[in-house]
Amino acid sequence: MSGFKINRNALLIGAVLVFIIAGGIYWNSTKTQSKEHLIISTTTSLYETGVLDTIKPMFEIEHPEYNVSFISQGTGLAIETAKNGDADMILVHSPSQERGFLESGYGVNRKLFAYNFFIIVGPMSDPAGVKDMSPGDALQTFYAEGLAGNALWGSRGDNSGTHSKEKGLWRATGFDLDSIKAETVEGSNEPWYIEAGAGMTATLQLANEKEAYTLTDMATYLKNYKNGNIELVTIVGQGKETLNVYAAVLCDPEENQRGMYDGSLLFMEYILGEEIQEMLVDYGVEEFGSTLFKPWIPELETPDSEIVQWVEEYAYFDGTECPEEYRHLPGNLYD
Amino acid sequence: MAQSALRSTGTSPATYTINNHHTSFDLKMSWQAISEGISEALRLILTIDRTVIEITFRSLTIASLATLLSTLIGLPLSLVITMKEFPGKNTLKFIFNSLVGIPTVTLGLFLYTLLSRSGPLGSMELLYTVRGIALGQAILILPITVSFIISAIESKDEELRDLTRTLGASELETSIAVLREAYSGVSLALVSSFNRAFAELGIATMLGANISGLTRVLTTAIALETSKGELGLSFALSFILLLVVLFLNYVIRLLQGGLDS
Repeated sequence: MSGFKINRNALLIGAVLVFIIAGGIYWNSTKTQSKEHLIISTTTSLYETGVLDTIKPMFEIEHPEYNVSFISQGTGLAIETAKNGDADMILVHSPSQERGFLESGYGVNRKLFAYNFFIIVGPMSDPAGVKDMSPGDALQTFYAEGLAGNALWGSRGDNSGTHSKEKGLWRATGFDLDSIKAETVEGSNEPWYIEAGAGMTATLQLANEKEAYTLTDMATYLKNYKNGNIELVTIVGQGKETLNVYAAVLCDPEENQRGMYDGSLLFMEYILGEEIQEMLVDYGVEEFGSTLFKPWIPELETPDSEIVQWVEEYAYFDGTECPEEYRHLPGNLYD
Repeated sequence: MAQSALRSTGTSPATYTINNHHTSFDLKMSWQAISEGISEALRLILTIDRTVIEITFRSLTIASLATLLSTLIGLPLSLVITMKEFPGKNTLKFIFNSLVGIPTVTLGLFLYTLLSRSGPLGSMELLYTVRGIALGQAILILPITVSFIISAIESKDEELRDLTRTLGASELETSIAVLREAYSGVSLALVSSFNRAFAELGIATMLGANISGLTRVLTTAIALETSKGELGLSFALSFILLLVVLFLNYVIRLLQGGLDS
């Protein structure tokens, strides 16, 4: 009897598995696989706004021979993925890391395509009393009040573009972050600088629970605030120091064996084109109640404007978005 | 056709947003996301949301392929380990038992370096594919399959007296184990393996990268929505995952035909 049961069960479980697998394979095979498969590794804050999923079908209608996939990672990991040859281009927001990518020989043809501003959020009561200060003054106050036990700072601590920006802000105030973050609140062992080692939402929730201040991108903050996950408010708004610039960088076809250089160049040209640049202007208003990105290309028409000066200072390398030696058959990208 | 709740395009923001007409902040943190999750899960199921069905079936396909592969290797392997005497047998069992607890991110990272285009197996083009994730999950669950089957066989094997003696089990214990019949243990091994593969996140993230329409599965979608702050939608997907697990286990229970009677 026992033997019969083993067979019956094995058969039935096997049948269920076979059924599901057959269904899955059928469903997979009904998809068109004949297209060229473009893989773009991108920063989470960009992907999670949904803007790339909006661009994807537009690009695929324009260029039906391509199928675009996005891999959403922190800037650091996105660059690693590209270096490993598992992506064709990157969309990121960390000039220093982008420069490293170019200098490593894996990246070519960097182009800026959009910008916005980070904000510093914190508890409504503003225990450090920094409302509307400049970012530099605010950070100095956070440090002093933090050591006094009156305020906490929450950091992403995950090597993302936002984390890199935060470190840059501390550096700009003249602090050596590595040493001040190890200091503890006077008279205790409690840290004033909390490293989450997590994504933006998790860090915002941590800041919310701990009544800490943190640096965030606008989109993730708005989404969490609107959904009632956090009640932090904007403490320090946009300014030169909190500028956030998004860049696209292609993988050097001589290093990257995926062979999709032409496709990634097309995608880059597409997001720099009028259609996407215009779309960015009011993207996010419906869903987030605020615009999220400012297109970069239109700003170039007024080269003397304040914002162009800021961006050139913050995100240009040696006076250009991509020095000559890192350009590869750029066509008319830099005309 | 219902608009997909997971397709975060700007063209369908209305369906993407979960109802959140909250006025007070105090109580909703704890419960609102969960209650939203329940109603959203029902809505996604009742409207037969295309994306949710797609990623659910992708999860099922991957877990099934992984279980099948792991069974094809693990079942003969377990039989050899339990029935044959050879040097290092206990060490082998110890290794399989220990590997049950391997962190999925570690295994995922290891497999990523193997399957990456710059890795030794890069030419197989398994990275970012359903097959690649299934292979990874199969490796992950192989120790579960093997350990559980070994344990099931060893616990009931009345005929193999040598083995019984090795285990040092009393006659009473052996009798009870035999009464339970090994098949329930073997099917438990397969069900546990399947569930592990189905609910696993680390390998699916490292090898699949959560690509929409290609490698997005239930767990990676949950992680994405959580990361976006869409906690209601995360809970909704989690409930769907749990429902599928419950349903599958219930069906298997039925197939076993009155195990407890």
